[in-house]
Amino acid sequence: MNIVVCVKQVPAKDAPLAIPEGAAWIRETDIGFELNEPDGYALEEALRLKEKHGGEVVAVSMGPERSKQAIKEALAKGAERGVHISDDKFYELDPLGSARCLAAAIKREKFDLVLTGLQSDDHGFGQTGVLLAELLGLPHATIIMQIDAADGRLKLKRELEAGWFQWVELPLPAVLSIQSGINKPRYATLKGIMAAKKKEIATLTRAELGVTVSPTQRIERIYVPKKTKKTEILTGTAKEAAAKLVEKLKHEARVL
Amino acid sequence: MKILVVTEQRDGQWNRASFETLTAAQQAARATGASITAVVAGKSVGSLAKELAAYKVAEVLAIEHDLLEKYTPDGYTLALKQVITEARPDFIFFPHTYQVRDFAPKLAASLGRGMIADCVGLRYENGHLVFVRQMFQGKTAADVIFQGDAPWFASFQAGAFRGDQAETGGSAAPRNVNVDLKPEQIRTKPLELFREAKQAVDLTQAPIIVAIGRGIKEPTNIPLAEKLAQTIGGEIAASRPICDEGWLPMERQIGSSGQTVAPKLYLAIGISGAIQHVVGMKGSRTIVAINKDANAPIFEVADYGIVGDLFEIVPALTEELAKSK
Ligand SMILES: Cc1cc2nc3c(=O)[nH]c(=O)nc-3n(C[C@H](O)[C@H](O)[C@H](O)COP(=O)(O)OP(=O)(O)OC[C@H]3O[C@@H](n4cnc5c(N)ncnc54)[C@H](O)[C@@H]3O)c2cc1C
Ligand SMILES: Cc1cc2nc3c(=O)[nH]c(=O)nc-3n(C[C@H](O)[C@H](O)[C@H](O)COP(=O)(O)OP(=O)(O)OC[C@H]3O[C@@H](n4cnc5c(N)ncnc54)[C@H](O)[C@@H]3O)c2cc1C
Repeated sequence: MNIVVCVKQVPAKDAPLAIPEGAAWIRETDIGFELNEPDGYALEEALRLKEKHGGEVVAVSMGPERSKQAIKEALAKGAERGVHISDDKFYELDPLGSARCLAAAIKREKFDLVLTGLQSDDHGFGQTGVLLAELLGLPHATIIMQIDAADGRLKLKRELEAGWFQWVELPLPAVLSIQSGINKPRYATLKGIMAAKKKEIATLTRAELGVTVSPTQRIERIYVPKKTKKTEILTGTAKEAAAKLVEKLKHEARVL
Repeated sequence: MKILVVTEQRDGQWNRASFETLTAAQQAARATGASITAVVAGKSVGSLAKELAAYKVAEVLAIEHDLLEKYTPDGYTLALKQVITEARPDFIFFPHTYQVRDFAPKLAASLGRGMIADCVGLRYENGHLVFVRQMFQGKTAADVIFQGDAPWFASFQAGAFRGDQAETGGSAAPRNVNVDLKPEQIRTKPLELFREAKQAVDLTQAPIIVAIGRGIKEPTNIPLAEKLAQTIGGEIAASRPICDEGWLPMERQIGSSGQTVAPKLYLAIGISGAIQHVVGMKGSRTIVAINKDANAPIFEVADYGIVGDLFEIVPALTEELAKSK
């Protein structure tokens, strides 16, 4: 089974988010980046399916030069090849435009299955997998917690709200958005990291892909949301704050 | 201007988020002078359509088809595409449910349009609607506007608007619309719905909950929180990543895909406050947040907060509680 897995690089979870006045994106200097966490689960699922059914895993990432690191991580864990869609005009892209670029790159591959994470930790539109399915003309399913492949079909466990699940079946080729927690992602081994250095990362530009985009939406600005609730912050040393909290819970909130 | 509100039902039961979206649409309609068309789809939805007609909307459409009895992304996309092409709305609003996230972006793309997903607010400014959504898991907000031609698609986060504030007083008679669907157009086969084996703990009955998040760092640190839970007489619970890691069983997960609880006291320790967690606990009577990041979104729902290192605060709190007994 040949699998394309989409991996996005996002600002690290604990990165301090500095927003220049009126900007639509954070200041990138001095912050770390990492593989979008949900994509780690999608990658692991791709590797397991390959190990079980044969084939190759190709990691595709779109973003500035730095996002190649997400591909390298995938290669170190066992993906065969990488495709980097390089673009320095991301601010022109919306989810549909981004998906068009990814779809154009994926179309160049011979694949049976495309996996994405469910949602990115930065923009978090949560649409890319579903859009890829439409653009590639393939069936899809999202929020996937288990994949059983047999005879050109997939049986999938979808997560629904409030602890419910559903089994669905669909034919390959298909696109799936993977939910976090579906597996335990492996760590890259030293051997894997060394081997990755010899693996190929192809680079494609938007022009090479022949994608012209006309955005359907625009982020005007981002900002720290205004607090609407008055939280009483208890200060002092750990001991002092703890003592104040116990006092409040007993005599003010009366919940103890 | 016309806003189409796509509601959601399963087996004749409403997803209540539908009415929150109706409230959002009514707010947008008041600002823009738009009219609202509400739509419900399924196998037989006549009585649901009548319920919708009691709300202040200009029109109610019922889409009935055997192939819409069970949700499939193909079925819903094809049916709604036909309705949108005929009704020609400017905006299409959805509740941001798991079902909507599964098909609405596809529906929009099938018409060459985009979707602003998971909005928490909207306002009318300089002649157009501005949609507010969260980024970075709630740590920042973003103002987003549509570009290009209508129709424009948007979905609204659970809890962002109040469903009980949807205005009633409508007089539209529901109208049935026919859609053309064939079995071979539907590529996914929906099978049974199920829940995992019966839960051993019922967190919904716990008066006090001590919930831990990724701030706990290692499973070996969990006893720290368990000791606090014991001392305060509470149950231990967690955010999703803790259960994903298998550090605590999934039945102790709080949030949109786990349990919804409303204890008298909820302590959120090392939890950032992502919306999918918050929807499961924001009904708690008193909420305490312990987090080293003063800007963590959890403080938006907390009554009391301590900003600092949980590894210092939790033991201190356990000690103070033991002393005060
Ligand atoms: C520096 C920078 C600035 C940007 N500025 C803007 C902006 O101002 N406005 C705007 O609308 N968009 C902007 N974008 C693009 C924005 O990130 C896209 O909208 C994005 O690709 C689509 O969605 P998402 O991040 O919400 O992903 P989701 O749809 O939430 O992601 C779901 C899954 O899709 C896959 N995926 C998503 N994006 C990529 C990717 N780039 N490469 C590989 N896989 C991916 C991953 O598997 C991910 O888990 C910017 C991107 C970058 C890198
Ligand atoms: C469809 C879908 C469904 C989901 N369902 C759920 C669900 O049901 N339940 C759920 O919880 N999540 C759910 N999620 C995931 C959710 O979006 C968040 O990713 C998750 O809630 C984050 O968990 P967290 O707060 O523990 O981790 P993080 O967001 O990583 O937060 C960790 C926090 O710990 C703090 N911290 C770190 N170290 C310390 C320290 N030493 N002292 C004090 N504080 C510290 C940090 O400041 C940070 O705020 C879902 C996501 C999706 C897309």
